[in-house]
Amino acid sequence: MKRLRAWFLAPTWAVMLCLFVAPLCIILAYSLLTRGTWGGISRPWSIESYQRLADPIYLGILWRSFWIAGAATILCLLLGFPLALFISRSGKRKNLYLSLVILPFWTSFLVRTYAWMFLLRDTGLINTVLQKLGLIHDPLPLLYNDGAVILGLVYGYLPFMVLPLYAALERLDRNLLEAAADLGAKPWVALTRVVIPLSAPGIRAGTILVFIPCLGAYLTPDLLGGGKTVMIGNLIQNQFTTARDWPFGSAVSLTLMAIVLVLLLAFVRREEGGLV
Amino acid sequence: MKRIGLKRAPLAIYAVLAYLFLHLPLAILSAFSFNASRFTIWQGFSLHWYRAAFQDQQLTQAAWNSLIIAVFATAVSTVIGTLCAYGFWKRSSPVLAGSLYLSLVTPEIVSGISLLAFFQWVFRFLRVHLGMHTVILAHVSFSIAYVVIVVMARLRTVDGQLEEAALDLGANEWQAFRYVTLPAILPGVIAAALLAFTVSFDDYVITSMVAGVDSETLPMVIYAIARRGVNPVVNAISALIFVAFGALILVSERLREK
Repeated sequence: MKRLRAWFLAPTWAVMLCLFVAPLCIILAYSLLTRGTWGGISRPWSIESYQRLADPIYLGILWRSFWIAGAATILCLLLGFPLALFISRSGKRKNLYLSLVILPFWTSFLVRTYAWMFLLRDTGLINTVLQKLGLIHDPLPLLYNDGAVILGLVYGYLPFMVLPLYAALERLDRNLLEAAADLGAKPWVALTRVVIPLSAPGIRAGTILVFIPCLGAYLTPDLLGGGKTVMIGNLIQNQFTTARDWPFGSAVSLTLMAIVLVLLLAFVRREEGGLV
Repeated sequence: MKRIGLKRAPLAIYAVLAYLFLHLPLAILSAFSFNASRFTIWQGFSLHWYRAAFQDQQLTQAAWNSLIIAVFATAVSTVIGTLCAYGFWKRSSPVLAGSLYLSLVTPEIVSGISLLAFFQWVFRFLRVHLGMHTVILAHVSFSIAYVVIVVMARLRTVDGQLEEAALDLGANEWQAFRYVTLPAILPGVIAAALLAFTVSFDDYVITSMVAGVDSETLPMVIYAIARRGVNPVVNAISALIFVAFGALILVSERLREK
């Protein structure tokens, strides 16, 4: 029995070791080497790449990534909570409403980002319409700024927030709300003192599911930030392409991984479980 | 009965606005793929941009590449992931599950560059280059976790005693899996395959890192055009992708509910 089970898991072990663990180990080794004269890597071993992270330029990028991801996460939470509440109270139509949240999420992230370029650019739909209506003379600078990046991230990751919130609200015992109402709680009080505390696991899961990909975002700041809004992801990409500083790019990558791990360990409680 | 909690009407109005926010950008994008003009002013219905998309050699080649990559990556990751989910179902393996979970939350850019570094390191010993095969391998590595999650969800609804009965009746372990459990989880496996196909077909960040000169995919071409500015040809391709994937996902959702 045991032997056969090992064979069922063996291919996944092989793939994970070769294509996930080994690549990360190589990145770890690279991060401890020095940049070669023509790019690439060479000896000696050093921790210089990590020390360079303390440079104010890079700390600035790190800080910027944190605040953009944080802003996007808070917006997702504020926008997603009422929507999840609505879906959880829709009776028979729940599944339909839930599918409507998931559907755009399955279409290419690139296409969804491009849609906002189409709407927000100087000659895009929003500016064209406003100009035709005579509300503005010159186009508003909607694209290529932090706001556009945050909007793109919220648009991209809102379903990640709504799904766990919905799951938590769905499990909520309606009798508790009745009890709160019977005891004289106004709707607002019931919401803040009963509904929100009881949906804390969903809020936690949604926050982490949105914050982590936002922190490591690359495509959204690249397309909607137009190179002006540099986040960690763009810094890493830049080190591996234009700057050709692989050791530093590797060090930044591993730092990002470390942050992700710390966040996961801090937010995900064991009993809420992952895959197992 | 007393009305409980928030009032219904404001919440419903809010929900309508939220759904508009989610769907309107894509609807507008698709609508303007039928615009006769290159600019964002409606000048009549035309299929010009679809014709342009299908006549563009680079685009059709890239779409073809994406399709081949997605088919291979899906086939491999579905088989491997299903076996893994079945293995987990028999007995959990926290280390492997943990690494799958971790691969799912690893920022794409980190997976991309680490795979690039890995392939380049391996290629120092083997005389091969980046190409379709490296893209397929990369796609397998990130779609397995999705397959495992979907198939696991399906396995939770399966009664383990059925397999025990099969074993008691003289089936060997492989037969018990092949003829008892696999048919029961097949809708989940198909749903997982469709999901793997869409994540593979859609991926840009990791693909762009590990692709070679001969393996440009559709998202890579779309990205290149999008970087240069807005082009209605992209609207047309987006609309096509939107419709095709919407259909795939609807099928997949149906199967998962079955």
